[in-house]
Amino acid sequence: MASGIERQKNVLDFTLSSLLRRKGKNLALLAVYTLLVFLMASVMLATSAIRKEASLVLKEAPEMVVQRTVAGRQDPIPLAYLEKIRDIAGVISSDGRYWGYYYDPVVGANYTLLVPRDEMPEPGTIIIGPGIAAARLAMAGDTLEFKTQLGGILELVVDGVLARDSELVASDLVLVSASDFQAIFGPSNGLATDLVVRVANPRELSTIAEKIAARLPDTRIILREEMLRTYDAVFSWRGGILALLLFGVVLAFVIISWDKASGLSQEERREIGILKAVGWETSDVILMKFWEGAVVSVSAFLLGVVLAYIHVFFFSARLFAPVLKGWAVLYPQFRLVPFIDASQLTALFFLTVVPYAVATIIPSWRASVTDPDAVMKGL
Amino acid sequence: MTKRTRVFGLFGLVLLALLGVMAAHAALARRASGPALRERALLVRRLELTDLCLSTEANYTRHLSLADFHTAFQDHPLALEHFPSGSLLGPPPHLRRSHGQRD
Repeated sequence: MASGIERQKNVLDFTLSSLLRRKGKNLALLAVYTLLVFLMASVMLATSAIRKEASLVLKEAPEMVVQRTVAGRQDPIPLAYLEKIRDIAGVISSDGRYWGYYYDPVVGANYTLLVPRDEMPEPGTIIIGPGIAAARLAMAGDTLEFKTQLGGILELVVDGVLARDSELVASDLVLVSASDFQAIFGPSNGLATDLVVRVANPRELSTIAEKIAARLPDTRIILREEMLRTYDAVFSWRGGILALLLFGVVLAFVIISWDKASGLSQEERREIGILKAVGWETSDVILMKFWEGAVVSVSAFLLGVVLAYIHVFFFSARLFAPVLKGWAVLYPQFRLVPFIDASQLTALFFLTVVPYAVATIIPSWRASVTDPDAVMKGL
Repeated sequence: MTKRTRVFGLFGLVLLALLGVMAAHAALARRASGPALRERALLVRRLELTDLCLSTEANYTRHLSLADFHTAFQDHPLALEHFPSGSLLGPPPHLRRSHGQRD
């Protein structure tokens, strides 16, 4: 047992000296390898944290949202539809939601204006999300101007700012009273933006949704389950930028592995020949190459994962921020809760470390089973 | 054991320790974020919100689950996607399913 450990130590020592002889090449390889793992791990950590957070937070979302579509676009829905929905057995209640988008020309940001049914702000006052407070440098007591539908300016006093912790759900929200909402967007005239439906038994949701769709054929229904599933599919791998990123990463990884698997450099072949000539067994050579692959790939994996963790959870995944922010001015500075999916990290380990280790061993095994004299002569 | 093996061993240990610190930080941060998560969930319930606020540039990336059938063709058929976030955030699964069964 002790001699086995001693043998591993000696082989590792020799491997390190061999790696250090080609220091520049191996450090460059380690840097590229780490970058590949970092990119893949960043995507994995960010998506898994967003998914988990969405599943915890959106479990309180409305059970069902009913929207009216006209010519393929969402249109305000008549409140008269409420009666047809409330008639359906199993529906506890149904109400209209009033919300809309407002473009603020002062900073060029888009807000989501919403009329809360509970704890509605007093007319003339608003409660704003932390993103708006940061973009407009506004705090409680300040006044924000909104352009009304008739072309006038409506000044609303900031009554409060939503907690900084709510950024991930409420960064761009402006909570307004129903009368101010109508002043900005025009009178509702018996219309709401959409309807929310609550049911007695969640298992009846799909049946009730079918009944609503049959009674109100110009509507579409979004269930809470579908909202949750939306965030399961967020950052789709088929999405443009991620597909390109992944394609680049996979291609780079294939090139690295192919370079290793397709054969050894003349110097490496000579080294194996000399080792064989001085009495190394084939198993020793393979062990050395295993250590070589392990030193590079495991180091790159650990470094990449740790750097990705810091990037995602300490710097709010800044690399993805320019894309998520896009042309928008208001960008939520959310801090994700570090929900790590161990199975994803394990998959990443097997995806990145194992192929490289195998790619390192195969050509070395081929070189080490041939005659040392022939290997040294480069035959 | 030579100096370089010891240095490498130390490097490996530091990396493993960092991984351990990462796991510990994640566990502590998850525990500490419990009240904030509950607060966010309560806000979602009170305001009847349907989506996370990941991006504010386009309506269909601001309210991902409420995206509609003409997403990416906002202005007219064949109008190409011009919002960067639209190429990062995929369309909701229920929308894709609504187009009928494929295969």
